Amino acid sequence: MNFFHSVLLFMILSCAALALWFHNLLHCIIAMAAFSLLLALEFYLLQAPDVAIAEAAIGAGLSTAIAIVALGACRKKTVNKEEQL
Amino acid sequence: MKPMSLIVITLTRVFSWFMIVFGAMVIMNGHHTPGGGFQGGAVVATFICFLLAAYGGKKFFTWVKAPIYSGLETIGLLVFFFLACLGLPNSFTYNFIAVAHPGEVLGGWLPSCGTISLMNIAVGFEVIGALSLTVIEMYEGTHMNESYFGGECGHDR
Repeated sequence: MNFFHSVLLFMILSCAALALWFHNLLHCIIAMAAFSLLLALEFYLLQAPDVAIAEAAIGAGLSTAIAIVALGACRKKTVNKEEQL
Repeated sequence: MKPMSLIVITLTRVFSWFMIVFGAMVIMNGHHTPGGGFQGGAVVATFICFLLAAYGGKKFFTWVKAPIYSGLETIGLLVFFFLACLGLPNSFTYNFIAVAHPGEVLGGWLPSCGTISLMNIAVGFEVIGALSLTVIEMYEGTHMNESYFGGECGHDR
């Protein structure tokens, strides 16, 4: 149980790091959805199934779809690294 | 916004209907299992979001009309307020249906939970309407942006 809990926390941290690390924004959104899903599992392990259902529905479902809709309104533009700095 | 790939559309077509059934189950069993009106309503509203993300705006608005969800929100709030006012001789939101039977287990039946189950249904309708309306309005905001710059834009996949 304790080992599983530690692995889950590490996976949550790595999902958050991946969301920052990806360059493609759609991949970032999917990483955030995985983060929310793992966070819902963590809430379930901490014996809060009520919060887990809300987190799974809103974090993994609603906010992902809203972010994809927001991404649909964006246009692609590539910026060189020297320009960015 | 363009529709997404065939894989996403097929998965939405096959699996997203289970979300409505699950959301209805969470709303209906809100008084004796985890969940309730808000959680179930959020699950059902996710279905609307997935329709929009998978099929794109043009096909989505042939199925979904914003005034229906606005009405759903209004009806949910009014039913909640009406049920709360029905208990007013004692107090606001007084549980007037609940019947206390000493020594009898009534778990899950309407007389044991009283107005809580009905209020869960009202809150579920309200949350379905409000969250769906949020997504629809946000999409219309981005669509105004698209028509201002001219032409539909896809996301960068």
